[in-house]
Amino acid sequence: MAIAGKSGRTALGRLAAISTQWAVPIGIVAFWEVLSGIGVIPPHVLPAPSAVIAAGWRLTLTGELPWDVWVSFRRAMIGLLIGGGIGFVFGLANGLSRRADEISDSTLQMVRNIPHLALIPLVILWFGIDEIAKIFLVALGVFFPIYVNTQHGIRNVDPQLVEMGRIYGMSARVLFWRVLLPGALPSIFVGLRYALGIMWLTLIVAETIAASAGIGYMAMQAREFLLVDVVVLSILIYALLGKSADSVTRWLERRCLAWHPAFQSAAETDS
Amino acid sequence: MRQVLRRSGTCFKTALETAERRSEAYGFAVTIERLTKSFGQNRVLRGVDLRIPGGEFVAIVGRSGCGKSTLLRLLVGLDQPSEGEIHFGDHVAHDGRSGPVRIMFQEPRLLPWGSVLANVEVGLGPTRASAQARDRALAALSAIGLEERRDHWPAVLSGGEKQRVALARAVVSHPRLLAFDEPLGALDALTRISMQRLIERVWMEQRFTAILVTHDVAEAVTLADRILLIENGKIGLDLRLDLARPRDRGSAEVAALEGRILRALFRNYEHGEDA
Repeated sequence: MAIAGKSGRTALGRLAAISTQWAVPIGIVAFWEVLSGIGVIPPHVLPAPSAVIAAGWRLTLTGELPWDVWVSFRRAMIGLLIGGGIGFVFGLANGLSRRADEISDSTLQMVRNIPHLALIPLVILWFGIDEIAKIFLVALGVFFPIYVNTQHGIRNVDPQLVEMGRIYGMSARVLFWRVLLPGALPSIFVGLRYALGIMWLTLIVAETIAASAGIGYMAMQAREFLLVDVVVLSILIYALLGKSADSVTRWLERRCLAWHPAFQSAAETDS
Repeated sequence: MRQVLRRSGTCFKTALETAERRSEAYGFAVTIERLTKSFGQNRVLRGVDLRIPGGEFVAIVGRSGCGKSTLLRLLVGLDQPSEGEIHFGDHVAHDGRSGPVRIMFQEPRLLPWGSVLANVEVGLGPTRASAQARDRALAALSAIGLEERRDHWPAVLSGGEKQRVALARAVVSHPRLLAFDEPLGALDALTRISMQRLIERVWMEQRFTAILVTHDVAEAVTLADRILLIENGKIGLDLRLDLARPRDRGSAEVAALEGRILRALFRNYEHGEDA
């Protein structure tokens, strides 16, 4: 039975799917460990996974690693909230109102074509290597995917549903909450996932160039002292953070878009 | 006056009772005067005059693009006429939203992100969510036999089930006028027949004025009290049907009427090609 809100997948089936997903990356790491162990890969080029883990443990004990991860995470989230929030508001306004769209859309599209990372020298001149510099760059980076996809989502809500809402006497407010926003949500999620990718990328670049804390800073410091294990560690942590942000979004998506046919393949076969 | 939709089992009996009581019609009487609608240079409707008594079931047939859907959209207030007036009962209909006027389309137009029950509740219009509203929606759902599907998403329903939910949504607020714009066009033949029976049953229970636009002449003959043929933006044929309900699709009477209307349509078609 396909009941709304419940996924038809069993716990066992999910476990099997997860283990399949992880089989390849775990295999690669094991292979890497073996190659390092027999000396095919010299440690100053690429340290063994065990050495990277040991470096991670060492830095966790000193408190350095948790602090740097926290600093980077906070920058990413503040940037995402500010840039994503503004992008969302502009996307809604320009999706809902032709007039607002005429006023701001072409300007925003022009700004969108400037690669935001090209602004780094300018941003350093403005803000120094302060927190604001990084947050500014992240916010600028995530603004556009959220803006474009929110606007696109609102515009592409089935006009027949909007007409239906009007016939049934929905006020503009009810129409927004019950028809337009839920209809735009799949597209908004696409924008969010895209924005998360840009968010980490921007942060990596910004922290590597100018920072006094954060994962990028940790990597650059380690490079100075030829601590290859810490450099590899910071790269892996970026990957891990990126992957977990994506997983959280997927989870949110599954919850919010349970009605969507794309998320019902499992439920349907059970009915 | 208003009666709650009854459970499916008792419906045919009540249908017969209500058919007898139809003199105290609940549906709006509709008066259309000199109705004209143009889209740019194209005059789709050219001065249509029409009176529909309250509670009547009218079917409108005609070729594609003859203006029958336009007429329906004007009736429910989705478009505004270029000239002429539409009256409901005693008052002028400025827009369809002034009275409970509903329309069913070929597409069910259900909110994909709402459960079946939530979709039926949409039909209650701008009311606050309450236990009473919920009960009314549930009653409408059980009348169409989909009570056990109340918590499902529309995406898992079949085409016929979706259209039944759309019907429940349209009638849950007891409309005075219900317009159908090819509501069964996308369904398979068997589902279409059971939907026709369902529509007839609900109409007999609620006694709203029904206006059905259809390509399917057999459907028009099965359901309508009166069939209008629209040609060249005007009413070309106005035919009253005095057949007992429910109608037997295979009977000679029905077949003869069907043939007559088809002939009228084809005469018009050949005529149209000459012009």
